[in-house]
Amino acid sequence: MFVLDFEKPIYDIEERINSLKHMAEEKGIDVLEEIEVLENKKNSILEEEFNNLSIDKVIKLARHPNRPYTLDYIKYIVNDFTEIHGDRVFADDKAIITGFGYIDNQKVAVLGHQKGKNTKDNLYRNFGMSNPEGYRKTQRVMKLAQKFNIPIVTFVDTPGAYPGIGAEERGQSEAIARNLYTMFETEVPIIVTITGEGGSGGALAISGGDVVGMLEFSIYGVISPEGCSSILWRDVSHSIDAANAMKIGAKDLYKLGVIDEIIKEPLGGAHRNYEEAALNVKKFIVKNLNELTKLKKSALLERRWRKWRNMTTQLL
Amino acid sequence: MALFKRKKKEENKWVKCKNCSETFYVEELEQNHWICPNCSSYFRISAANRIKITVDEGTFKEFDTRMTTKDPLEFSDLKPYKDRLKEAIAKTKRKEAVVNGVCKIDNEPCVLSVMDFSFLGGSMGYATGEKLVRAVEKAMKLKIGLVIISASGGARMQEGILSLMQMERVSAALSMLSKKGLPYISFLTDPTTGGVAASFSMLGDIIMAEPNALIGFAGPRVIEQTIGRGLPEGFQRSEFLLEKGFIDVIVERKDVPKYIGKFLRFFSENVKK
Ligand SMILES: [Zn+2]
Repeated sequence: MFVLDFEKPIYDIEERINSLKHMAEEKGIDVLEEIEVLENKKNSILEEEFNNLSIDKVIKLARHPNRPYTLDYIKYIVNDFTEIHGDRVFADDKAIITGFGYIDNQKVAVLGHQKGKNTKDNLYRNFGMSNPEGYRKTQRVMKLAQKFNIPIVTFVDTPGAYPGIGAEERGQSEAIARNLYTMFETEVPIIVTITGEGGSGGALAISGGDVVGMLEFSIYGVISPEGCSSILWRDVSHSIDAANAMKIGAKDLYKLGVIDEIIKEPLGGAHRNYEEAALNVKKFIVKNLNELTKLKKSALLERRWRKWRNMTTQLL
Repeated sequence: MALFKRKKKEENKWVKCKNCSETFYVEELEQNHWICPNCSSYFRISAANRIKITVDEGTFKEFDTRMTTKDPLEFSDLKPYKDRLKEAIAKTKRKEAVVNGVCKIDNEPCVLSVMDFSFLGGSMGYATGEKLVRAVEKAMKLKIGLVIISASGGARMQEGILSLMQMERVSAALSMLSKKGLPYISFLTDPTTGGVAASFSMLGDIIMAEPNALIGFAGPRVIEQTIGRGLPEGFQRSEFLLEKGFIDVIVERKDVPKYIGKFLRFFSENVKK
């Protein structure tokens, strides 16, 4: 199990609680009171620590290797999910998942970046960094969703689009640009959830929806803090300064009008309770799906145009 | 002091080619469309010079001239963003990295947006994006075609997420333009990379490029660092993109008005005024 430095006190307490429970079972001693004290201590640490996390800690949580990824959310939220593969032109990109299923009784198309759970899995998933064929796969699914009038939900969690020779040869720019365009034109409701790392154009490619929600400890930015630091500070050591300067946390982005909702995470972060994290995400999706599916097509598209046309204009 | 000033003025008349290091008179270069008479390499040129060599003389009517960014993030790296902006504005005499106008090219009326690489590397901030969206809206209002000439390193990091959002905004506006059956000609010049490449610049009905322009999503250095080796000769240049199927045509500078004019005419004839 992977534990961050600032999570360590919590895991230490949990370990003590577990060994107390174990001892109680073995020797039949009453430890309820002691456990309660420890539980209270744990929760107060969690609340204190997580109520106002500094950006460096938020980044660590957003990139936590145990954080739930798209397939985890699908498992908890989407019933009868069937993954579909390939862009019909070049290949199937394993860094992006697409498929169809139900949320409650509502049909949905699902698009989402997929990171790996371990080194081997990450190599298979290319660390959640898509090549052009990944975006083209999502374009294909968006068109299918439009054809059969099925709302789209997306899960965004990528360090960015992959910067490689093949990616450039196959038109990474065109693929992302076409996604921005296609997503805007797709005449069904689109609900976006930023679940971890919203990395630059690679994230935006599946984020141009009607409603954008963001998990409390996820990040969303134009470039990674490390990339920004190495360009503007000419040295990677200023990545925390860069992260603070760019405003990549959910609260700041909400204030700027870039996201519509902040989705609560379980105490300590989404990785500490997948079920609860997924339930919060599901509530956000269902609520907005219910609203948006009521709209006529023309009203939906007008709303979408207003949203994007006016975004950031108020800052002029 | 006076002597020094005069000397400086004299020096300003000479420009050195970055490729072959030969120096030339400004007038000579201007007559040659800012192409090196010695080695034929293309100089990067300002929006003003671009307009001069592309647009029918006397037809360019600029709009949205005063729109500028307000540094909403109060960004500072080694230097406050406000200072960088002031310098860019003083240097270019412009308030943003893009110039909007209504004009004629090869006698065809159009809305033209020209990015200026000398303004913070042509980077796209939220006022840049707003101007591009307004250019698209102007074309829809006037029912004429749109031409965007890109020259940009991509997103403006000092505006963080606000910069990223412009990619979707301009792409959305272009979709509206397309639904009205109006043509959009995208012309890529050196360099067109990052968020500008990965949005409106790749969405033209026709995509033209200057010879040997750097065009790509990721910067060459980032790719080299990622893959741990050097890049092949000519990688991410216009000719490479033409070969891979991502641009329609490479056009020499002197022929640009003719090409833009032809495409605008060809696609506009059926537009109901
Ligand atoms: Zn030369």
